[in-house]
Amino acid sequence: MAFISAGYNPKKPMENRITDIGPRKYDQFLPPVLKDNYGKWDYHEIIEPGVLMHKGLSGDEVYTVRCGGARLMSVTLVREICDIGEKYCGGYVRFTTRNNIEFMVGTKAEALALKAELNGRKFAAGSHRFPVGGTGAGITNIVHTQGWVHCHTPATDASGTVKVVMDEFFEDFGAHNMPAPLRISMACCLNMCGAVHCSDIAILGYHRKPPLVDNEYVDNLCEIPLAVAACPLGAIRPTKVEVNGKEVKSVAIKQERCMFCGNCYTMCPSLPLSDKEGDGLVIMAGGKISNRITNPKFSKVVVAFIPNEPPRWPTLAKVIRKIVDAYSKDANKYERVGDWAERIGWERFFEKCDLEFTAHLIDDFRDPAYYTWRQTTNFKW
Amino acid sequence: MAKHATPLLDQLESGPWPSFVSDIKQEADNRHANPNGVEYQIPVDVCDDLLGLLEMSYVDGETHWKHGGIVGVFGYGGGVIGRYCDQPQMFPGVAHFHTVRVNQPSGKYYSTDYLRSLMDLWDFRGSGLTNMHGATGDLVWLGTTTPQLEEIFYTLTHDLNTDLGGSGSNLRTPADCLGQSRCEYACYDVAALCYHMTIEYQDELHRPAFPYKFKFKFDGCPNGCVAAIARSDFSVIGTWKDDIRIDQSAVAAYVKGEFAPNAGAHSTRDWGKFDIVKEVVNLCPTGCMSYDGSKLTIDNKECYRCMHCINTMPRALKIGTETGASIFVGAKAPILDGAQMGSLLVPFVPVEGEYDEVKEVVENLWDWWMEEGKNRERIGETIRRMGFQKMLEVTNIKADARHVQEPRTNPYIFWKEEDVEGGWQRDINEFRKRHQR
Repeated sequence: MAFISAGYNPKKPMENRITDIGPRKYDQFLPPVLKDNYGKWDYHEIIEPGVLMHKGLSGDEVYTVRCGGARLMSVTLVREICDIGEKYCGGYVRFTTRNNIEFMVGTKAEALALKAELNGRKFAAGSHRFPVGGTGAGITNIVHTQGWVHCHTPATDASGTVKVVMDEFFEDFGAHNMPAPLRISMACCLNMCGAVHCSDIAILGYHRKPPLVDNEYVDNLCEIPLAVAACPLGAIRPTKVEVNGKEVKSVAIKQERCMFCGNCYTMCPSLPLSDKEGDGLVIMAGGKISNRITNPKFSKVVVAFIPNEPPRWPTLAKVIRKIVDAYSKDANKYERVGDWAERIGWERFFEKCDLEFTAHLIDDFRDPAYYTWRQTTNFKW
Repeated sequence: MAKHATPLLDQLESGPWPSFVSDIKQEADNRHANPNGVEYQIPVDVCDDLLGLLEMSYVDGETHWKHGGIVGVFGYGGGVIGRYCDQPQMFPGVAHFHTVRVNQPSGKYYSTDYLRSLMDLWDFRGSGLTNMHGATGDLVWLGTTTPQLEEIFYTLTHDLNTDLGGSGSNLRTPADCLGQSRCEYACYDVAALCYHMTIEYQDELHRPAFPYKFKFKFDGCPNGCVAAIARSDFSVIGTWKDDIRIDQSAVAAYVKGEFAPNAGAHSTRDWGKFDIVKEVVNLCPTGCMSYDGSKLTIDNKECYRCMHCINTMPRALKIGTETGASIFVGAKAPILDGAQMGSLLVPFVPVEGEYDEVKEVVENLWDWWMEEGKNRERIGETIRRMGFQKMLEVTNIKADARHVQEPRTNPYIFWKEEDVEGGWQRDINEFRKRHQR
């Protein structure tokens, strides 16, 4: 494993340096039919789950086959995507915002043949490589974060929880059987790199124990004022403690004030929160981003805590199954989860989903809390 | 024979959904077999060690990654996130395992040639594991060592003609929906604006100068496929001002059942015959539509362009032709003071030319936020702290009833002295002449 230089000279870092050129321009990556019809599309149809047809005003058609993927992909898998793109799509591929892969071809026959081929490709252990679906009123791929695979603050794993939920809803990924699109998102801590706060169903990793204080190292590893300022609830104050007979600067935490956001840990590695029993999942529901029919809205917390149950998180899959089944059975056509919950009333939502309503679900965080309490006689028995 | 036993992770190889465990194992095998004779620049068993470390997290119920250190490429303050594991003796392959963010092309389109060249670089100098794509939009490359960073950057810029993405208190890598490249709903050239803004603000993207992160997202229409209104500090969402175009013969075809409603999005389930009154007219949130049995009418002045009718009958109804975008500011996830949705700042902006109208708004916001924002305060929080009016003032935008869902319910108006007749300087003795103590 000899080091091979690309040409960079560490002694003269500015020599031949190229910076600030930005990404390659998109137009060189568009398949010719997209380039020809750019800005001149007439309409689209979803021929069958996972297969879209877009028609240009010119009369041109392009067929897109969409397939799901784990967001975590190896170069070997991406090269396989390239092989497929070269064999069927003139050397072009596309990825969607929700971690799907799109292959574009010229005719319906090619699209259906490609769908069959993609659905036939599997890993040796049996899971699909490129399951086709993710269109229309179904359950599309889950957007998610890094989790235990590659992050320092998670309260759960992302790839694993997503895998078990998508296994549970695999049929719905390849079907148009929901009242409206159902978007599930996953974020492995409150930082929400995955911004799950406007999803039909959100899976959120959450800590429940205040940070430990590594007194011996706080003052060496952290700027104490930054750690103090990092707490949105003013629960951290500077203090002095005795470690091995020596007085050292550290911080003290008012534990009952902590909401477990982990912001202090982000600023100070000597305040870790992770804990096997403390950490787990929150389920939120009823958010949306689209402006269709109703305004975009936030997801609401409907299950305060589900323990981490790796590797297959059976309770998580079961709880989401209950919500999806109740929604699917009861909602009107075009009605998103949140619209359905608002129409029937949240009290009815908990009843229909067979979820227990607990005090944890009543907002008590600052001003917006009051606006979520019931201030009317209009409620249901 | 696997380097580490992973009995828990192995259970994630079953089930139909693509297994990331199977994929990492495939990459581990590929690195050991090395069919292309790659001179791997980081440990060959990096994938094995990642699986071993992850298995340990599955047992412990806790992550084994430490905080990032300060690593990066010379002159940039973002694009690389330092990452070290906390059990380096057991898993030396991932002892140093930094993330590299590479700016994705707009719309996430690739030629396979380009995609292969990126993968070849990452195979050679990194773990061979990626995210396609990260939550903000970048290609995320998981795991390499510090000495490889400059080499990767050198090849990216010299040979692959591309650049790193954003991280830290920078402009984050802008992202867009696929826009006019393949969608009839796109109200402006999303990819062109996204690309232009990315190039225009390279300095802000690579060098942290902000109080905290700042995200641009560009959605072509109110359907919001890239989630701009929920996820970006500055979201540009396509809209139009004139009338929805109606093709009455296509409306008739939907009514007769010749065209599938919603482009076939409900095809697996039998929802009965399409009923235009029930499914379109009565679901219109503004009640601005009517259907007399043969003709669909829209009172466009009352329409607020929610897209429902257009989504439901895409062959019959088209967006208007006087198109542009609305700008929303301040969306963010809950850290720290709760989640925020983007708030409407500019109801309509033309998206054309060099996009001066868009850039003026951005730059005014930045000037203000960089002056007033506290450390780690998103602009949405600055707006809440200092008031919406302040944002209007710094962007020279006139208040408009469209800015609010409803007017305020308290009369606690912060009048300014210059707005009050006679000013605030008064003489107590003059007052006492009229009022005894």
